[in-house]
Amino acid sequence: MDGTQAIILTIITASTPLLLAAIGELVVERSGVLNLGVEGMMVMGAVCGFATAYTTGSPTLGIFAGIMAGIGMAFIFAFMTQTLVSNQVATGLALTLLGLGLSGLIGESFVGLPGVKLVPVSIPLLSDIPFIGRILFGQDILVYASIALVIATTYVLFKTRVGLIIRAVGDNHHSAHSLGYNVIMVRYACILFGGACAGLSGAYLSLAYTPQWIENMTAGRGWIALALVVFATWLPKRLAIGAYLFGTVWIMGLYVQAQGLGIPSQFLSSLPYLVTIIALVIISGNKTLTRVNTPACIGQSFVPDR
Amino acid sequence: MTEKLSVKGGTAARAEYLLEARNITKMFGDLAANSDVTLKISPGEIHALLGENGAGKSTLVKIIYGALQPTVGELRWLGETVNIANPAAARKLGIGMVFQHFSLFEALSVAENIALALPGDIDLGELSKKISQVSSEYGLPLEPTALVADLSVGERQRIEIVRCLLQEPRLLIMDEPTAVLTPQEADQLFLTLERLASEGCAVLYISHRLDEVKRLCHDSTILRHGKVVGTVNPQKETAASLARLMVGADVHAINSNRVSSPGASLLKLNNLSQKADGPFGVALRNIELDVRAGEVVAIAGVAGNGQSELFDAISGERLSSTAESICINERNCGLDNITLRRRHSSGFVPEERLGHGAVPGFTLSENIILTRHSDDDGLSSSGFLDRAKAIAINERITQDYDVRKGKPDPEARALSGGNLQKFVVGRELDRKPRVLVINQPTWGVDAGAAALIRQALIDLALSGSAVLVISQDLDEIFEIADRIAVISRGQLSEAFPASELSLESIGLMMAGAHEKKDSHITEKASA
Repeated sequence: MDGTQAIILTIITASTPLLLAAIGELVVERSGVLNLGVEGMMVMGAVCGFATAYTTGSPTLGIFAGIMAGIGMAFIFAFMTQTLVSNQVATGLALTLLGLGLSGLIGESFVGLPGVKLVPVSIPLLSDIPFIGRILFGQDILVYASIALVIATTYVLFKTRVGLIIRAVGDNHHSAHSLGYNVIMVRYACILFGGACAGLSGAYLSLAYTPQWIENMTAGRGWIALALVVFATWLPKRLAIGAYLFGTVWIMGLYVQAQGLGIPSQFLSSLPYLVTIIALVIISGNKTLTRVNTPACIGQSFVPDR
Repeated sequence: MTEKLSVKGGTAARAEYLLEARNITKMFGDLAANSDVTLKISPGEIHALLGENGAGKSTLVKIIYGALQPTVGELRWLGETVNIANPAAARKLGIGMVFQHFSLFEALSVAENIALALPGDIDLGELSKKISQVSSEYGLPLEPTALVADLSVGERQRIEIVRCLLQEPRLLIMDEPTAVLTPQEADQLFLTLERLASEGCAVLYISHRLDEVKRLCHDSTILRHGKVVGTVNPQKETAASLARLMVGADVHAINSNRVSSPGASLLKLNNLSQKADGPFGVALRNIELDVRAGEVVAIAGVAGNGQSELFDAISGERLSSTAESICINERNCGLDNITLRRRHSSGFVPEERLGHGAVPGFTLSENIILTRHSDDDGLSSSGFLDRAKAIAINERITQDYDVRKGKPDPEARALSGGNLQKFVVGRELDRKPRVLVINQPTWGVDAGAAALIRQALIDLALSGSAVLVISQDLDEIFEIADRIAVISRGQLSEAFPASELSLESIGLMMAGAHEKKDSHITEKASA
């Protein structure tokens, strides 16, 4: 494995958790809900995934536990914002703080323990192709899952009735209600899906990216995922571009730093944000398209007339 | 119908009605929006529901459509007591509704909007064909792939109507359907409704236009202050007697004593052109217009021919390319923003009152501050707001323009459509602007309120201001305008004195008779 190949592999593993968390949040926001608790759901996914995998020895169970932890956290958010009609911004922030605190508590006894690493799936023959074989066909299952998820989300959102209903609820919840759609239930479902994705993303961090548990190991990735959704103008395709661009610049920055070229490290660590924002602003230059794709009801609570 | 059901014996007598709302009472807190209302509709009947704004029509209709639940009373469908828990249940029974404030999704296409109202999984391609078929059959032209955000009010209404028709309803509820249609479009709609009725579909028709109710409807129920004040056959009544029942008093005729010779030119459009905003917008082409002090000039036209674009250009929501193209009070304003134009003694009332003319979640006094913070009322000084003053202005406006409201300073969304319109118009008129531009002044407003608004516009012109009215209501235009111009496909005709025009000649101009036929854009648009 030469250097370039190693860098590309690192880029993919660095981008995957962002993509997983962001695609879930994209669906949530398309339904008109702003869940700022991505970071909290992610870190809970990470700790529960790690703890379960360590205790049972099975990374598969770990992934499952991570997803369930994300869903559990998302359910708290859904119940608060949809049933009790609390403010979405405040509730989301609280969810992040809760997740960071609770994960520290759960993970206390797991700090520093050797993790169970998710083994990459090598597709026979194909993964033996020089250079690209290892990159394209020798990844772990969650990398493939993240790509599949982007494609599936695009298809469901724009080609199916379910997707049409989700977009309708996000665009005008009053109209959706008057047509007889259950706005609250659609949003519940989307929030739980978003939680599952964030939990999966967290599990990826603690099982595949760095197979161990460190407190606050999400290190702001949930926030990056949130920003990516907005800058990608709520389009899955752009989201994938954004996530990989971020991952690429980030890893290249680390690489350049290691070479010791005298560029300030602070500049290098701010570079991924800068490049991603500029790139996504440029590709979302079409105002009409942006207006059409922005969920008009985002962040607004819905209370049906009685 | 009766024969068929007579097998069931006891229910036969009751089942002559398709729908009965019996003794409906709906309380909002202490306020009875409906009190002991009974309404009966037979199959194939076009039944008018009449009443002023705030009389409780919308509440009753929402109950029938399942969007609200009655406090007391019951609904019967074909003689059976039914519980219509939500709109989906109503649609399952065969009740379709065309809303006044449309229930459309702006970010979705026409076809997607319609698909959402139909059950089951739908192939959008096939649905688009069906939409084109139904819309041409009923004379309601629609482009299935167009985005709703780019469509005019009239076009949006067509979506709602086609959406209902595709559901093959047995009872169609129409809330103010003709408010935004041309006479020809309205005639076409009446043919559609009459045909539906002859096919056995009942229609519950809500309108303020008494002449069309007289022409179309077989029966009517009249509400006043939430109570039924009469069930009459409108064809046997006069428009005046119907109005008297609705209002409880005689409606005043408009007094239109005119200034004999208009004064200086206050609003001038010089060769105003603008590119279309988005793929479905309308480009403005070489518009010339001159509105003088003391006169009311009206712009007629079919919805979606550039009216909103023209309004946006004059009000400053979209800036022109040159300062000279728009001249207000002898100042070239084409490059000025809205606030600068307002300071130059002009007032603007947009078409959509909720969301555009007023912020729904803000109180009336806050909405006053929003349009008047920068002029000479002293509503703000060194960045601080004088709320007491805004509330005082609000009191004055609501009294002068008869705005009926529950609380002294309610949120804008709490007002009924007509009352909010009176407020939005009153807010601008109260400033006594030298130039007033108003788009659809009486859309969805009852006869009493419409008369009040039209009188106020004429009075403003009499006091020496220039008034430009953009309207699709030709009766209104002939009632108040001194001169009339017609807009079609972004081109404006010359403004002719109202006395020289007839409904027919305007109809021809609406169809584009004045357009420059050699122009490239016309060919493209008609292709």
